Amino acid sequence: MSVIAPEGRQPENQQPRSHRPAPLEPPADLAMWFSDGWTVTKRNLTKLKRSPDMLVFAILQPIMFVLLFSQIYGGSIQVEGSNYTQYLMAGIFAQTVIFGSTFSGSAMAQDLKDGIIDRFRTLPMSSSAVLVGRTNSDLVLNTLSVIIMMGTGLLVGWRVNTSVGSALAGIGLLLLFSYSFSWVMALLGMSVKSPEVINNASFMILFPFTFISNAFVQAQNLPGPLETFANWNPVSALVQAVRELFGNTGTVPVPDAWPMQNALLTVLIGATLMLVVFVPLCVRKFASISSR
Amino acid sequence: MAIIEAERLKKTYPSKSGPVHALDGMDLSVPQGTVKALLGPNGAGKTTVVKILTTLIQPTAGTAHINGIDVLRDPKAARRIIGVSGQYSAVDENLTGFENLEMVGRLYHLGARESKRRAQELIDQFELTEAGNRPVKGFSGGMRRRIDLAGALVNHPKILFLDEPTTGLDPRSRLSLWGIIKDLVRDGTTLLLTTQYLEEADQLSDDIAVIDGGRTIAEGTADQLKAQIGGHRAVVSLVDASDAAAARQILGRHGDGEPVIGDDGRSIEVAVIDGPRALQYILSDLGESGIDLHDACMRRPSLDDVFLTLTGRRTEDTDETAHQKEAAA
Repeated sequence: MSVIAPEGRQPENQQPRSHRPAPLEPPADLAMWFSDGWTVTKRNLTKLKRSPDMLVFAILQPIMFVLLFSQIYGGSIQVEGSNYTQYLMAGIFAQTVIFGSTFSGSAMAQDLKDGIIDRFRTLPMSSSAVLVGRTNSDLVLNTLSVIIMMGTGLLVGWRVNTSVGSALAGIGLLLLFSYSFSWVMALLGMSVKSPEVINNASFMILFPFTFISNAFVQAQNLPGPLETFANWNPVSALVQAVRELFGNTGTVPVPDAWPMQNALLTVLIGATLMLVVFVPLCVRKFASISSR
Repeated sequence: MAIIEAERLKKTYPSKSGPVHALDGMDLSVPQGTVKALLGPNGAGKTTVVKILTTLIQPTAGTAHINGIDVLRDPKAARRIIGVSGQYSAVDENLTGFENLEMVGRLYHLGARESKRRAQELIDQFELTEAGNRPVKGFSGGMRRRIDLAGALVNHPKILFLDEPTTGLDPRSRLSLWGIIKDLVRDGTTLLLTTQYLEEADQLSDDIAVIDGGRTIAEGTADQLKAQIGGHRAVVSLVDASDAAAARQILGRHGDGEPVIGDDGRSIEVAVIDGPRALQYILSDLGESGIDLHDACMRRPSLDDVFLTLTGRRTEDTDETAHQKEAAA
């Protein structure tokens, strides 16, 4: 067997190998980053288009939730100071987009399992493009969901009681929060062994988070510790902020907890934190994953 | 300087029962324009080497250079000149064959028009025209492999890595893929190939490295290896196991090396030099001694034989052995 003399090496090659993550890409790569991200987004959306079952699910589920909750619980749940349908909608919006974001997790896990991640990782593309494309697709799907839910909500008597600008801000906030959460899910998706784990785990974790909140009932009606949890639950802050922006709070009292009193600020801080923490973690994780 | 050079590569994975050494100080050198096959059983470390050289994973220790580029320090530069087709077809099931190739072109930054043109060119070259406009989902395994291989060629790579390109394919698809690969390397593309099949290594490569336990245990051309392990095998299967000793003696007389009695006690095989003639002599002597046979045949040496000769033990993958018998038939 031949052993090759290390001749012809550049001196820089003899420096110890660096294990630090690559620095952020210089602006010259911005066009490449954008175009790669778009290429992957397009690929994910094509997948959505070609799997009608997934698309039907994504469209029907929000409609179903709006109708079920408003028509079934609407007559039974009393919210002092508001009509239940008005109160409920922000909760449904928030729950739906949060669950929509879990798609990033299962899709990353699936891509890893299918081996297509290995293909991407051997191409000279931008190192975050796959993740950007992934989370972008969730954003598109969630935007679609929100539009459908708002339409259905209007049909069952829900109304925006503020300005157009404020309503758009509400939509923007839902999408910002869910987009940030997509990155959390993407990291999870790259860390588990199979896509099924993601689906099961997200139901186990997200159901308590969305139900032990002010999404469907007032926190004050929950037993002691659950009330405290609900008031400090980020989902509650999102729901509260969206309710305020849509003007659906009526005369319902705002709980005396900081995140509830400053719901919009809480959501903005929370979303920023998720992005600041999870985007770099995702990029770093992506640089070392490989199928099987 | 060879176009692929790896030195003392080590890759260790932690596990509950202590560290696992996937690679244990592997050296590898492939001159430009040649085809090298890494031959070894499952778990020998073949895929790990390919994953390190194609920037997918980092070794625990050692160095790796392709075309003078330090793969570990500058993976992006390495990615521009390689094409990779893995063991599991890395194609998007929901995209058509054409869309898959076009997407890869875009991610190589060929531009919209050139990506489309190159995708069409590969579709034509790989005779995927019919399948080009349908989602990959409905394709056979052989067709997927071809699309995956086409994906590895989008950027006219200087170095091509194929990890077990024909594992799991039926014999006809395997032959067709061999034809494609032979055409590819004719124009001077350097190819590093991994395989579990000696015949595949023999068909496609200039040079073979036999891998076991994360290191190279033998290296040379197919002919050199065959000379080392003997040529064909003559195999007889007895009606009565009590004839085994007598039959063994006869096989020993005409064979090149010690005859081996199989686990069932009825089949005996021996390496032979002049295959057909040796088999003739063996059969004639067995007939004279009145030993009845179920079966008698000649077969080419398999990975199992290479292993038995080089390491004194058999490979432990039964599926693979079954497959080799089928491939040799």
